[in-house]
Amino acid sequence: MLEFTQQIVNGLSLGAIYALIALGYTMVYGIIKLINFAHGDIMMVGAFVGYFSLTLLGTNIFVAMIAAMVTCAVFGVLIEKIAYRPLRNATRIAALITAIGVSLFLEYITIFLLGPSQKVFPESAFPIKAYAVGGLSILNKDVFVFVLAVALMLILQYIIKWTKTGKAMRAVSLDREAAVLMGISVDKTISITFAIGSALAAAAGVMLGIYYNTINPLMGIIPGLKAFVAAVLGGIGIIPGAMVGGFVMGLLETMVSGYGNSLYRDAVAFGVLIFILLIKPSGIFGEDTGEKV
Amino acid sequence: MDEINLMEISNLDKSFGGLSAVQDFNFQIAENELVGLIGPNGAGKTTVFNLITGVYKPDKGSIMFKGENLVGLLPYTICARGVARTFQNIRLFNDLTVLDNVKIATHKDVPYGLMGAILRSPGFFRGEEEIEKEALKYLEIFNLKDKKDELAKNLPYGEQRRIEIVRALATKPLLLILDEPAAGMNPQETQDLMELIRYIRHEFNLTILLIEHDMSLVMGVCERLYVLDYGQVIAEGPPAEIRSNKRVIEAYLGEDVG
Amino acid sequence: MQKVKNKWRKFASEILILAAIFTLVQYLVTAGLLNQYFQINLASMCINVILAVSLSLINGFTGQLSLGHAGFMAVGAYVAAIMTNMLDLPFIIGILAACLAAGLAGFIIGVPTLRLKGDYLAIATLALGEIIRVTLQNIDYVNGPAGIMGISKLSTWPWLFGGVVLTVVVIVNLVNSSYGRAIISVREDEVAAELMGINTTKYKVLAFAIGAMFAGLAGALYAHYFYIIKPETFNFLKSFDILVMVVLGGLGSTTGAIIAAVSITALTAALQPFPAIRMILYALILIIVMIYRPQGLMGNKELSMKTFGRIWGGRN
Ligand SMILES: Nc1ncnc2c1ncn2[C@@H]1O[C@H](COP(=O)(O)OP(=O)(O)OP(=O)(O)O)[C@@H](O)[C@H]1O
Ligand SMILES: [Mg+2]
Repeated sequence: MLEFTQQIVNGLSLGAIYALIALGYTMVYGIIKLINFAHGDIMMVGAFVGYFSLTLLGTNIFVAMIAAMVTCAVFGVLIEKIAYRPLRNATRIAALITAIGVSLFLEYITIFLLGPSQKVFPESAFPIKAYAVGGLSILNKDVFVFVLAVALMLILQYIIKWTKTGKAMRAVSLDREAAVLMGISVDKTISITFAIGSALAAAAGVMLGIYYNTINPLMGIIPGLKAFVAAVLGGIGIIPGAMVGGFVMGLLETMVSGYGNSLYRDAVAFGVLIFILLIKPSGIFGEDTGEKV
Repeated sequence: MDEINLMEISNLDKSFGGLSAVQDFNFQIAENELVGLIGPNGAGKTTVFNLITGVYKPDKGSIMFKGENLVGLLPYTICARGVARTFQNIRLFNDLTVLDNVKIATHKDVPYGLMGAILRSPGFFRGEEEIEKEALKYLEIFNLKDKKDELAKNLPYGEQRRIEIVRALATKPLLLILDEPAAGMNPQETQDLMELIRYIRHEFNLTILLIEHDMSLVMGVCERLYVLDYGQVIAEGPPAEIRSNKRVIEAYLGEDVG
Repeated sequence: MQKVKNKWRKFASEILILAAIFTLVQYLVTAGLLNQYFQINLASMCINVILAVSLSLINGFTGQLSLGHAGFMAVGAYVAAIMTNMLDLPFIIGILAACLAAGLAGFIIGVPTLRLKGDYLAIATLALGEIIRVTLQNIDYVNGPAGIMGISKLSTWPWLFGGVVLTVVVIVNLVNSSYGRAIISVREDEVAAELMGINTTKYKVLAFAIGAMFAGLAGALYAHYFYIIKPETFNFLKSFDILVMVVLGGLGSTTGAIIAAVSITALTAALQPFPAIRMILYALILIIVMIYRPQGLMGNKELSMKTFGRIWGGRN
């Protein structure tokens, strides 16, 4: 039982990171129905910005995180403007291919500029301590990641529920034409969505740097994919779904590595996804809307 | 009813969430009859069509067609049993030619096998010729033969509506159900359509059920009408009777009933 | 009568052109005029054409977004390599077994997942492709992550050429038949197709299984050309590569898929000397082509002899 609780503790921080990334996927999907495959790479960019802020500028971890979030927010907005906006009325698959292009671009331009090797997150930025709590070993980095991620999610919830911007985002997701008639600027709302989603991914990137201690230009691919799976698991386009999906993925992953063969880790996550889609084709929180004929 | 009914619907119920779209719907149609289903917007007419053709599953009730219950069958099987339809919001295969649209509807009786198609057997070429001849025959009737190579999406609205009927006809149905076939047509086109409906009914020995808002068309061609309001049948009978029915007039409240 | 004559004339000219291409390359290879570099790229082209054309049946004609094609390629590659390398069976048996196994995998995966729509189907197929890869990583019989090495190089030009011709002929003939129209109607409007008597589930699964089968063929040819197969080779990024070819070529255009597969392979080869910027350029090309030509090179049109005739102003 203790062992099990320990696994849950380990899984929570990873789950929180997945949830943060999944939120960006889901928000973008909700508003322009695009699977933004470059989202994981935005997270990678965030991790590198954080890294350079820590090493070159010698800032503390909070400043590094804010620097990463701001930079990536700008990146996200630019990517949407340059690459996705021209395709807003094209087929979904054309937009998907563009997203794949953006993803490859971010990965390989980073390799071109910084080299393919991995970078070690400076130890001094976040000295690791372990606490013993009732037989459990809890690392300060896990607590930090978890608390910060949850705080960001609460802020996001607040923005979406209570601010004008959030209301505009929901309106555009629900019915773009109606939102236009109500005087909402669709372009601006979409830009804001990308900014927020990318900032969350950047925070997740820095957290992953702390969590795994190393970062590299291709680090966004697998967590990005898993976060996407998390978003679909919860019901893509649905914000609480992404959070739940993220935690489910994180917990599953640590459970499988903890108890079974870690080589099967990814397969189990995908297996669960397929299982859930087969019994509930639009995810845990998704509504199965039949097509109106 | 003394003759045998082609289709007999009893106690059909369907609700969406809390909304009861169709309630205790009872209906008969005899072979070769031409029946109209009318009612105000949102009365549940299209839902009845969707239930008959298997798009939706009813919550309750049965749909007996030639002695077999259609409830629970998949739409393509229902089509194979001899029920074909058109759509209120046109659903042609937009990027395909008019000819291909019609050919697809003949596929359920494809005269050659998959291997024959891949190996290009003589049977394939013969079969394709047959299919083409058949499809052109239907297009000819609707005066659309010279449009055969146009993409469906490029045709005017009225012609698209007619292609939908041709396509349904090409599945060789016993019962043809038309959802607002004259919507968007001008009076002349509507008039021509009425003629056509009468013609195909005799030519192909069809039974026809149609939804229509254009009262002149309904009153002109239908032998019997069902009036639906809030999911329930409020009147049933020949047009002349319906025209003077008090409940019907109330339901349409101010709308022009004839 | 005239029609029949035309049919035969067309058939004969096609055979003639194919035979000419085949003999020319065969001559160049045997005479040693085609160096190793060109031969490798030629083999890649053939394999990519098979992959792109087979995926275009699923994504382009049936309209079902599949992101797991590399998984079926993996099944084919492994099954074929086991047959020839480990069981010492002839290559043709290896190929047939690869096609059968991949086709079966397509069928088994297709039946439950093809109920899903759009993006949900995309992610489910991606996940299944990855499950195939991870499973291979965990099977000791095929050396886990290290993969199978020392596979005999049996994919000679006749096999590669034959594979391409077979794939293209089967898929083109299928698409241009009543069965193909049924498949395309699913893409156009699934609900309407079903109501016009098309068993849409059946045709989705059929297209998926046939597409998977040819991906298996491509895998078998790949394994017996490049000596080594590793699970990692067949990850979801490989599926993306194939998808890119199909979309750049134009969804629903077989000739488009062929042209895109050939040109992307050539482009990748041409950029080989510049490893640093190769992927950056590739990414930029993807983005730019999609922005300026989102329907792909060919849209859903086909390039045919007739098109050439028109362009050159020759007789019809
Ligand atoms: N798939 C569905 N999901 C939820 N509600 C539905 C669905 N289909 C129909 N409805 C509802 O059922 C009711 C009946 O709709 P239906 O389309 O059958 O009306 P109708 O008589 O055909 O109207 P109209 O003349 O406008 O075509 C409407 O309130 C409609 O909103
Ligand atoms: Mg209606």
